[in-house]
Amino acid sequence: MNFGGILAGGKGTRMGKTDLPKQFLMLGEKPIIIHTIEQFLVSPAIDEIVVGVPENWIDYTKDIIEKYCKDDRIHVVQGGQNRNGTIMNICKYICENFKDNENIIVTHDAVRPFVTQRIIKENVEICKKIGAADTVISASDTIVESKDGEIISNIPIRSQMYQGQTPQSFNVEEFIKQYESLTDDEKEILTDATKTYVLKGKKVGLVSGEPYNMKITTKYDLKLANLMLNNLRSEEE
Amino acid sequence: MINEIVKLVSPKNLETFFQDEQYNDDLVVVRPTYLSICAADQRYYQGKRKKEILDKKLPLALIHEAVGQVIYDKTGEYKRGEKVVMIPNTPIEKDDVIRENYLRSSKFRSSSADGFMQSAVYIRRDRIIPIGNIEEAIGSLLELCSVSVNAIETFIQKSHKRKNVIGVWGCGSVGYITTLLLTKCFPESKIVIVGTRMEKLSYFSFADDMKMITELEPNFRIDHAFECVGGVKSADAINQIIDYINPEGTISLLGVSEEPVDINTRMVLEKGLQLIGNSRSGYSDFKKSVELLQDKQMQAYLSNIISEELEINNINDINEAFDKDVNNEFKTVMKWNL
Repeated sequence: MNFGGILAGGKGTRMGKTDLPKQFLMLGEKPIIIHTIEQFLVSPAIDEIVVGVPENWIDYTKDIIEKYCKDDRIHVVQGGQNRNGTIMNICKYICENFKDNENIIVTHDAVRPFVTQRIIKENVEICKKIGAADTVISASDTIVESKDGEIISNIPIRSQMYQGQTPQSFNVEEFIKQYESLTDDEKEILTDATKTYVLKGKKVGLVSGEPYNMKITTKYDLKLANLMLNNLRSEEE
Repeated sequence: MINEIVKLVSPKNLETFFQDEQYNDDLVVVRPTYLSICAADQRYYQGKRKKEILDKKLPLALIHEAVGQVIYDKTGEYKRGEKVVMIPNTPIEKDDVIRENYLRSSKFRSSSADGFMQSAVYIRRDRIIPIGNIEEAIGSLLELCSVSVNAIETFIQKSHKRKNVIGVWGCGSVGYITTLLLTKCFPESKIVIVGTRMEKLSYFSFADDMKMITELEPNFRIDHAFECVGGVKSADAINQIIDYINPEGTISLLGVSEEPVDINTRMVLEKGLQLIGNSRSGYSDFKKSVELLQDKQMQAYLSNIISEELEINNINDINEAFDKDVNNEFKTVMKWNL
């Protein structure tokens, strides 16, 4: 089976002074996370959806799912200490309830509601073919590396550089195996799930993302997302 | 769900729009899979409609010929993954006399409502029909079939009974499908295709006879005719039909013209001819088309007029498809992966 893993473990510390975690803020007429869940709900490539949220927000999340997009295929679980911890909790839930060594999880940031049907479908396809998939777009700006924050240490070739988005997709059992092989220190450092694969020499295939598959992390992002939804053109008129 | 809708904002200029869709139980969510480009879409895309029309209708999502797969139906009436054809006409009132496609209040996709160039179509459940075993690429031609079915049904109701010879003018896609369906509906009649280019006429293997417009014998006669030419050549075609048709014949008009057409009404009067306008189609025409296309031979004939099939992964691919379509003999079909 193929699972959508919606990562909503964060508490929105980058959004300024707001009590509500960013994934629950309204975008148009629905909370951001509902838009994201709906994309997975209608995707033919996805069988079930597991949402990982902070413990105190589980009931809240269930309430808004009930209100906006009630469906038996949506499950809510407790998130982890960090991103990978949330993915692990979702993977464990899948293993406990849907045991199968062919299970695939398409993990996705709750705050990227503009993910497309094509991106979800291609994540499943590439993951099945290569073993893992990561969604990226070509870097439009030159990437500059500085190890000390003062002097440039390297300027990689731009055509070989990509910016990571989500979804990121994995075989569920393989992900658990990889993650459990990490030391505690490695678990702290590795914020990107696919990096664990790359470090262990495992292949990760690329899925072409979209510039508008943006992550809503600041008030400016939210304003832009609302403008996109109301269609910039009609705003101009 | 945030839906991606690709709209034409000005000639040759497509942009992605986002729309927050609201689901209710009257709706089914369908993911388009194969879309076919129609001359009407191409006229918008190339900017060949009048400026006031473009100013009024754009931005507009194009394409009204499409099949897709059901991706969400809360009621369970349609199964997930079920292949369906989407009906572009949406009636908003019922009328006991006037058919849905002629009601002025009806909405038509890629004209008075957004077409099928969308990531997902939230469509009324009475506007889809399962297509069974019809291949999806061929299924994208069902709308065109339904237009011919609509015209033929009208013709059956309104024409006199002598149908020894029926002529079809126009060797494009509409002429092809109309000729094909006429051979099925009237096996006893002689169906003659009349066109301008032999290389296109040679596709019409099922027709009983084929003729070039420049080589019609003086004694050539038809009882009824279907005009499937359209555009600037409409007048020539209709007037040639009027010359060759027997008295009290029916001329079914299917070709769309941007400009008014000069018709030899004197001979229409003298021969007591009947001209019937045909446009678009409704649910029953789609239903019949789906039944007709269950036949593998019909599917094979239709697959012959898919000139090119292109995979669409981004807006540039759509531009390319419309540009290539201009030079294609028949239909350009887009495999939708947006």
